[in-house]
Amino acid sequence: MPASRHHITLNEIKTLIWKEVTLEWRQKYALSGMLLYVVSTVFVCYLSFNLRRNQLTPIVWNTLFWIILLFTAVNAIAKSFSQERHGRLLYYYNLCSPQAIVISKIIYNSLVMSVLSGLGFIFYAFVMGNPIQDNGLFSICILLASIGFASVLTLIAGIASKADNSATLMAVLSFPIILPMLLMTIRLAKNAMDGLDWSVSTDEITTLLSIDLIVITLSYLLFPYLWRS
Amino acid sequence: MRKIWWKILCIVIIFYVIIMGFIGPVPRLAIINESIRNTYFHVALWLAMTTLLLLSMVFSVRYLMKGNIKDDDIASEVAKAAIFFGILGCLTGSVWANYTWGDPWPNDPKLNGAAVGILIYLAYLLLRSSFEDEQRRARISSVYNIFAFAVFIPIIYILPRLTDSLHPGSGGNSTFGSYDFDNNIRKVFYPAVIGYILLGLWIAELRIRIKQINRVREEALIE
Repeated sequence: MPASRHHITLNEIKTLIWKEVTLEWRQKYALSGMLLYVVSTVFVCYLSFNLRRNQLTPIVWNTLFWIILLFTAVNAIAKSFSQERHGRLLYYYNLCSPQAIVISKIIYNSLVMSVLSGLGFIFYAFVMGNPIQDNGLFSICILLASIGFASVLTLIAGIASKADNSATLMAVLSFPIILPMLLMTIRLAKNAMDGLDWSVSTDEITTLLSIDLIVITLSYLLFPYLWRS
Repeated sequence: MRKIWWKILCIVIIFYVIIMGFIGPVPRLAIINESIRNTYFHVALWLAMTTLLLLSMVFSVRYLMKGNIKDDDIASEVAKAAIFFGILGCLTGSVWANYTWGDPWPNDPKLNGAAVGILIYLAYLLLRSSFEDEQRRARISSVYNIFAFAVFIPIIYILPRLTDSLHPGSGGNSTFGSYDFDNNIRKVFYPAVIGYILLGLWIAELRIRIKQINRVREEALIE
């Protein structure tokens, strides 16, 4: 039904991503706000655990890190649709196909999440100590999680932005849906922390990638319907 | 007269399941003992719930393709009936777990997945209630419903199989069909699934009719 007026092109997606980057750069408070959010959350955790820092087990360390990232992701991506004014959205709708818009948003959000979680991880490891034995696998884990969180949350943000109390709705809709991905990520990260051989983690990596694939395909198919309302 | 044969069939099957479920012959197995009768209720309820959710998703897809508000009514009410079955499935499972695993809520991936699945669909209901405009609500919640079903299936049926679960079919446990599912059980189990599905459709049908009557009355009021 939502006849895409033209086929999406790589060029279109590139332009749209570039537009997001320019917008972000012009209003720096959004990105720096998110960065400050990560840093202050990490610092709150650090101070709260301060007395017992040497008793922080690897499992607690790991879980805490991913929960911080989960909240950061929800907050960072929630604004990807609500930030833009209604008129401007209509303007985009006339210019480009909805598929191009959702793909560009997913790619852009993945980039933002990678930057945020990378910097977040550096700061987290700096204050809370770094018990990781296999940094390479952990970086892959962060990258996969960023892409996964971004792809799930982009469509949910689109849904939530249509409703009135979108902040609550965003959390309620996204937490249960993101949970399988979060659990897989935590398990993969635990493997990286224990320095296990990469072949042990292939199961987790393929599961994460297939969840990503399902979610991105669904976003691609469903977004045009969302866009119209 | 509306077609009532399937409602009669539903009542007959449900009574058959209850009676045969409690007094019919079952295989004797260690630990499980008589609690194997719960298969007719717990497992069948879950299968019925999954079928209803699939149906709900199909009607959401149909709504998006055709834009007929009636399809959205069906999708939402069938989903509600499915959530009701899901909660019943959790309760019956809890009773079973209490006697065979010694804990009403053991920390098992499938149980937690079930709880998350119910949360997903409760969020669906919350999403529905946050829109005033009917068409808008129908469209956005249809999108979420399809998305939710695609995530729900891996949570319940695929992820638990990758980890160690107490449930059959996961973590090296054999599946149900393999050895303890004899013909006596089959004779009650399959009708049970059909009976619950029919019951769910019946509940949904009544609620859809109430909804449609209300809509007609509201329109009459406006005019």
